[in-house]
Amino acid sequence: MSSPVETLVNNEYKYGFVTDIDADAAPRGLNEEIVRLISAKKGEPDWLLDWRLRAFRGWQKMSEPHSWPNIHYDPIDYQDIIYYSAPRTAKPLGSLDEVDPRLLETYTKLGIPLSEQKVLAGVAVDAIFDSVSVGTSYKARLLEEGIIFCSFGEAVREHPELVRTYLGSVVPSSDNFFAALNAAVFSDGSFVYVPKGVKCPMELSTYFRINAEGTGQFERTLIIADEGASVSYLEGCTAPRRDTNQLHAAVVELVALDRASIKYSTVQNWYAGDEKGVGGIYNFVTKRGKAQTGAKISWTQVETGSAITWKYPSVILQGDDSVGEFYSVAVVNGRQQADTGTKMIHMGRNTRSTIVSKGISAGQGQNSYRGQVRVLPRAHGARNYTQCDSMLIGNRCGAHTFPYIDVQNPTASLEHEASTSKIGEDQLFYCKQRGLNTENAISMIVNGFCKEVFKELPMEFAVEAQKLLGISLEGSVG
Amino acid sequence: MLEIRGLRASAGGNEILRGIDLSVNAGEVHAIMGPNGSGKSTLAQVLAGHPAYEVTGGQVTYMGQDLLEMEPEERAQAGVFLAFQYPVEIPGVSNAYFLRAAYNEIRKARGLEELDPMDFLDVLEEKLKVVEWGPEIMSRAVNSGFSGGETKRNEILQMAVLEPRLAVLDETDSGLDIDALRIVAGGVNRLRRPDNATIVVTHYQRLLNYIVPDYVHVLSAGRIVRSGGKELALELEARGYDWVEAPAGVA
Repeated sequence: MSSPVETLVNNEYKYGFVTDIDADAAPRGLNEEIVRLISAKKGEPDWLLDWRLRAFRGWQKMSEPHSWPNIHYDPIDYQDIIYYSAPRTAKPLGSLDEVDPRLLETYTKLGIPLSEQKVLAGVAVDAIFDSVSVGTSYKARLLEEGIIFCSFGEAVREHPELVRTYLGSVVPSSDNFFAALNAAVFSDGSFVYVPKGVKCPMELSTYFRINAEGTGQFERTLIIADEGASVSYLEGCTAPRRDTNQLHAAVVELVALDRASIKYSTVQNWYAGDEKGVGGIYNFVTKRGKAQTGAKISWTQVETGSAITWKYPSVILQGDDSVGEFYSVAVVNGRQQADTGTKMIHMGRNTRSTIVSKGISAGQGQNSYRGQVRVLPRAHGARNYTQCDSMLIGNRCGAHTFPYIDVQNPTASLEHEASTSKIGEDQLFYCKQRGLNTENAISMIVNGFCKEVFKELPMEFAVEAQKLLGISLEGSVG
Repeated sequence: MLEIRGLRASAGGNEILRGIDLSVNAGEVHAIMGPNGSGKSTLAQVLAGHPAYEVTGGQVTYMGQDLLEMEPEERAQAGVFLAFQYPVEIPGVSNAYFLRAAYNEIRKARGLEELDPMDFLDVLEEKLKVVEWGPEIMSRAVNSGFSGGETKRNEILQMAVLEPRLAVLDETDSGLDIDALRIVAGGVNRLRRPDNATIVVTHYQRLLNYIVPDYVHVLSAGRIVRSGGKELALELEARGYDWVEAPAGVA
């Protein structure tokens, strides 16, 4: 009899279908002409094209990071990727009623109905299909409060001054290899602006869907909370099941001005590849926020999908008394690899940060937590609390922890706690002896382990995340 | 209710149970005593279906079913309950959630409707009295940060909620002070009914002052070497295990 805490296989990925729709795609490969083509297709102003071209030239001098992350893959052939693909519905849409029914159907199938009658109560959704936004719900309602929630492309057209002021202000185009690539070729994404003193009355969310084959997805999200404003934002991601790897290199920038608050939650469920490690999304994402005086930025992520995840949602605590938080659940199963964590850069006085990371490894998955806490000389009284827990399911997976701590101010106070546990046969047996079957027992134990992170998610999504975790670990024990 | 015939079991290649015979009827309390290493806890674990033990021979019939063919959760759903010697922690899962999940699994298996959290609270309220506990304990994570005595009380609380037909208490008295022992034993006694049975595994006679058995069996080197009434426990207390170590006729 094989041990119950072992063997891993086929979890059915239920979002693996393909929508049959004509796409307007750029030719394969990357050069200045492609960058110009994307910019032209979007009808962008010259300053933005120049920004892209500078990023592209910078990118050409950079190389893919292979030495430091604990992930292993063959170098990507950047000339074999399609950098722009849009469902051929041509003109900008006046309202959701004009969206191609096949696209609406796709989102309904994904559990994200876009029509406002059916949509989750109190959640506004921007749907990104391949490279472009196909619809945003509740726009009018939000605009009553002065809140702008639209696709990135629309923001460039309608609110160029805001975009120009803040684009690249948190993640410069020269930041890293993938951020530079994104800056050169990004096609769409979501844009949010919440004016001074306004508390956004509903959850905002973006739903990313990769459909076309051989394309990369390079979206860019920019969220600005003006002084005293607050907003909660959620993104979800899925992609079809394919046997080639697809690159997703997104950038998210959060700008929290004085006393503003931004909560950004991610439930990432890109296709993870099959049990042999064939196919799946390379999720190489740069996410960062900058918090001004008394502002708060909170990242919550539940990462269950992707063949490889490389992301470090970070906070630059620039203003005095600003607060940064990072709550993460990362699950690897099958042959998945994740190298994820955060950076908390304390610049202002009395800045505070909290890091809670829960890594779960099953199958032959490899999970790394990589976190940096930096306290700069001016950051008197800075405080950080880090808790980093790993759970192993089975004998063939791995958990790794790489904490970096750099303190340049003697009044700072940092705490770091770490633990590694294994779902043991005793824990499973205890649950089974009380009448629970193996899958329910695992799901209960894992959800308990992740509880501190799930309680940070908006209510509706916490339930989703728990279910997703159950699906991701399905079949992780024999 | 339970018929054990010639049960043999091993762990890691070492034979621990070497032919156990035991009959337990509804309404009875059986005490299994014996020195350390005699196989008492192994017997309890094998009855519950722990995967670390391999059954190498014999039969166990429970309520007319072949117990050894059943998965651990099927045994639990059929009413077999093991009070663990070392109850396991489940961080982040509240006692209330865990108990309700278990309770509902067992109800489902018996064709009954599951209870929602509110209705379950009413059930709990009654059961908490069995172990003289208030409701605060229900919001704590299962056995996390519990004292030794609290984990054992929690086992009895689970037993009270799940209402097993056959309860096996594995060294439930170990690590208990006298007050906790009184509460735990009191709980077990309140749960005794004509239609259920209890097997009490213990090293010491002390527990049997509180839970009075109908039968006492002494286990030595994986076999039952002597059986008798409750007075056998007292005799063991007076004369020690050496007295019965070797099966009669061999010494």
